[in-house]
Amino acid sequence: MRIECPYCGERDRREFYYMGDAVALDRPAVDAGAQAWDDYLHNRDNPAGSVRDLWYHEAGCGAWIVVSRDTLTHAVQGSVLAAEAAR
Amino acid sequence: MRLREPPQTVTFTFDGKPVQGVPGEPVAAALLASGIRLVGRSFKYHRPRGVLTAGSEEPNALVTVGQGAAQDPNVRATTLEVAEGLEVFSQNGWPSLRYDALAVNDLFAPFLGAGFYYKTFMWPRSFWQKVYEPAIRRAAGLGRLSGQANADRYEKAFGFCDVLVIGAGPAGLMAALTAAEAGADVILADEDSAMGGRLLREVEEVDGKPATLWVADVLARLAALPNVRLMPRTTVTGAYDQGTFGALERITGPANPDRPLECFWRIVAKRSVLAAGALERPIAFADNDRPGIMLAGAVRSYVNRWGVAPGKSVTVFGNNDDAHRTARDLLAAGVKVAGVIDSRPDPVMQGDYPVFTAGCVTATRGRHGLSSITITHQGGTRVVQTDCLAVSGGWNPNVHLSCHMNGRPQWREDIAAFVPTTDAIPGMVCAGACDGVFDTQGCLQAGADAGVAVAGGLGLKPKVTLPAAETRAYAIAPLWEVPGKGRKWVDFQNDVTVKDIASAAQENLRSVEHMKRYTTQGMAPDQGKSSNVVALAMLADLTGRGIAETGTTTFRPPYVPVSIAAMGAGGQGKGFAPARLTTTHHPSIAARAPMVEAGLWYRASYFPLEGEVNWRQSCDREAGYVRKAVGVCDVSSLGKIDVQGPDAAALLDFVYTNRMSSLKVGRVRYGLMLREDGFVMDDGTVARLGDRHFVITTTTAAAGQVMRHLEFAGQVLRPDLDARITSVTDHWAQFAVAGPQARVLLNTILDDQISNDDWPFMACGTVGVGGVTGRLFRISFSGETAFEIAVPARYGESLFRQLAAQARTLGGGLYGMEALNVLRIEKGFLTHAELHGRTTAFDLGLARMIDRSKDCIGQAAARRPGLLDPARERLVGLRAVEEGRRLTAGAYLFGKDAKATSVNSEGYVTSACYSPALDCYLGLAFLKNGPERHGEVVRMVNHLRGVDTLAEVCGPVFLDPEGERARG
Repeated sequence: MRIECPYCGERDRREFYYMGDAVALDRPAVDAGAQAWDDYLHNRDNPAGSVRDLWYHEAGCGAWIVVSRDTLTHAVQGSVLAAEAAR
Repeated sequence: MRLREPPQTVTFTFDGKPVQGVPGEPVAAALLASGIRLVGRSFKYHRPRGVLTAGSEEPNALVTVGQGAAQDPNVRATTLEVAEGLEVFSQNGWPSLRYDALAVNDLFAPFLGAGFYYKTFMWPRSFWQKVYEPAIRRAAGLGRLSGQANADRYEKAFGFCDVLVIGAGPAGLMAALTAAEAGADVILADEDSAMGGRLLREVEEVDGKPATLWVADVLARLAALPNVRLMPRTTVTGAYDQGTFGALERITGPANPDRPLECFWRIVAKRSVLAAGALERPIAFADNDRPGIMLAGAVRSYVNRWGVAPGKSVTVFGNNDDAHRTARDLLAAGVKVAGVIDSRPDPVMQGDYPVFTAGCVTATRGRHGLSSITITHQGGTRVVQTDCLAVSGGWNPNVHLSCHMNGRPQWREDIAAFVPTTDAIPGMVCAGACDGVFDTQGCLQAGADAGVAVAGGLGLKPKVTLPAAETRAYAIAPLWEVPGKGRKWVDFQNDVTVKDIASAAQENLRSVEHMKRYTTQGMAPDQGKSSNVVALAMLADLTGRGIAETGTTTFRPPYVPVSIAAMGAGGQGKGFAPARLTTTHHPSIAARAPMVEAGLWYRASYFPLEGEVNWRQSCDREAGYVRKAVGVCDVSSLGKIDVQGPDAAALLDFVYTNRMSSLKVGRVRYGLMLREDGFVMDDGTVARLGDRHFVITTTTAAAGQVMRHLEFAGQVLRPDLDARITSVTDHWAQFAVAGPQARVLLNTILDDQISNDDWPFMACGTVGVGGVTGRLFRISFSGETAFEIAVPARYGESLFRQLAAQARTLGGGLYGMEALNVLRIEKGFLTHAELHGRTTAFDLGLARMIDRSKDCIGQAAARRPGLLDPARERLVGLRAVEEGRRLTAGAYLFGKDAKATSVNSEGYVTSACYSPALDCYLGLAFLKNGPERHGEVVRMVNHLRGVDTLAEVCGPVFLDPEGERARG
């Protein structure tokens, strides 16, 4: 599997650390309540199709990126820096 | 029998007997040339078996190469190249290949059919595991492993190209040539020792010259191009996401320990061309597994390419024109053709040999090799004496790689075969025989078209000059099974017969996947390459469905067996993980210190003195240095992270539970980091070196995780903060100098003297050490007056030697991890034994460190009621109360009089040691309602080590609870 790093270009998947769903971008306020935090921490969809995941270019430039990927075809549609990703 | 005199021969051995062979030819060819037809015994029934094919799809002729540690089982004799001194052994025959005791299994065949172990050997129940299964396992099987560590070398490599062409037959060569001459970077991989595919095995012309000469010309043109890499002996084993391919390269040459045996490649290609050719399939008829019965294409390979006749009087049986092509080539080579049996009613005669029209082979004879066959044909029945029967049931396009990403092949009725689905692998074009094109002209055209397509897709402008070659129609009448009685073998490698497939259908295992698992058809090293289509065609027939509807089983990588050693090349022994060494590694080894792994780091456990016979003596002495004089310990492996920027303080406030923005420049604070789910991730110190400059420490094992976490916090959660994070762990060598004499020692090496007033507890700053700028932190992990001094790593060893020498003059010395652990347990300081991912700040008695006036990672989740339940297992100290009984980490805690069963467990011990300062065993533990139970005596049981003792619960700080010593 190959992942496009916005800084380094297309690199092997093994240079990256996988974190999970990009829902982690939308951190609730500290007092948002148990339900909001439960959703943020634990509840995940498992879609057959398009997903947005967080990856860390650990063996590279150290950028956290959001990668769009299709779980059915394994096609990687694109990636953006997490800092600039839509929230 | 050899058809031409070889220029050179060498000697190898087969089951210990010398055999002559030509260097580079397959062992199978040399065995056939020497008249050796019996090559192995079958998997289940121990039937005599010989060579069936001439390629990597071989199901029968599996051999073991070498002996001892170098022994390599299940190597295909059809691809193994002859070399001087090669040792080859047959498999699954005992006491000998010819007289195999377990051939008796064949007599019991009626009881050993598909799935026999589901129905027989069921009683008595306890016998299955102890008697039946071991016996069956001993009887079955292929080659055996030596049981010794693999002594061979393997290598791994990475390749990148514009176009990967898989297979170098007519289609692959044209595709590679077209793309390469247009300027594309091309890798051409072929699993054979020479490129050319079937052009090396057939007698025909391309471009007005013999095909082999045309191949040589094309290869010379490709080799002359700088943008082409030719990879013979390289099997592409798998197609993966985004144009990644696995490939196994066999490296041959003189035996040399410096030379790897195999190299596993990971190739990334923008485009690929699959030109993997086609595999011939057998026909199921009674006793079709005798040595001497081979595929027709294989017979032509041995005759045309290797100059070896597989028999003296050959018969050919087929349902397509390849049968006649085989007879023609044999006659041309001077081998007698005893007859061609063509199942079709109207074959076109092609030469001077007897033809049995609408004929079938209905029986065969010959114990260790074929001697005669019985033919039923239009004119009746007759027996023909023959020592080799060439069989062609048609060709299966080699669709394997096109199916590795969920693609399913399509059935084509006109050629009675499956072909790849277009675009099943993104960027891949299938061309030639693997796409159902079976004539040379068609393959050249398809290859050129594929070359144009992939090169065009890369923006190049390819030009094509198509050579002329043979065109012919592929006329086939499907024939899977010859009707009549007898055991008709479908899968030679797994001893699966037509009857077994019928039995699966009878059990209503209609899915081809279920049939596979019930009969084992299609498993083992060959993965059913020659049997899959035949088997599913039969299943389709038996279940009244079409072949297209029945479908194939799933094709999965690897295409051929790949040894784990090749895939994990370089990963054995020390290669498994990189070793991180501190600057004091060599002096520590010189001091005979046993090294212990901490993450990837190696750290000194203790430094034994002359006369010390066990580690405890050394450890107690070293702990004494720190408590009574001064000790020096390398703590460089702790993670050091530099945080700088206008918002550095704000970022640290966000990742630590306590407030760091209020920390004054020149001061250090202990910090606790949570995961977002509220559990403790790590602890460490935060030193403020400047208004916008912090250095934080992490535990050794968590350094990588903390770095990732900080970057996550900075880039993902708080991109608004302007702060930069850099790991500086390797840049600084850092030493703990601890004990009542610590300041005295430091004053012998520092450029400027320090005192308790200008360097109070938790101070930090810059110091000069022999003219080098270092950093000094007044922090303590032992509870004593202590400092950590850091210098750029290149000065580490020198400073270490100086500190050690000065410590000795003050009655102290070096201490290692064991003493460090004792010192911190005595003080109740935490490590990852306690911060193991399931403990909260509340559990650790550190709830007050979470500053509720600010947000931080884990703040919200740490407030969850379940994480603040007093009945949780919470940190306590334990003191052994029984004389001479030790406490051990990993032990469980129970009520004093409770039974030591899991249901009664009230907690567990995370750290334990003997404390020389208190002359007592101490432990740190997590106990339900722990802090409320100080003074209670509990039972500690370590079932694994057989320790059962009583311990008194107390606070986790055993020594100097007020912390006076550290401030002195």
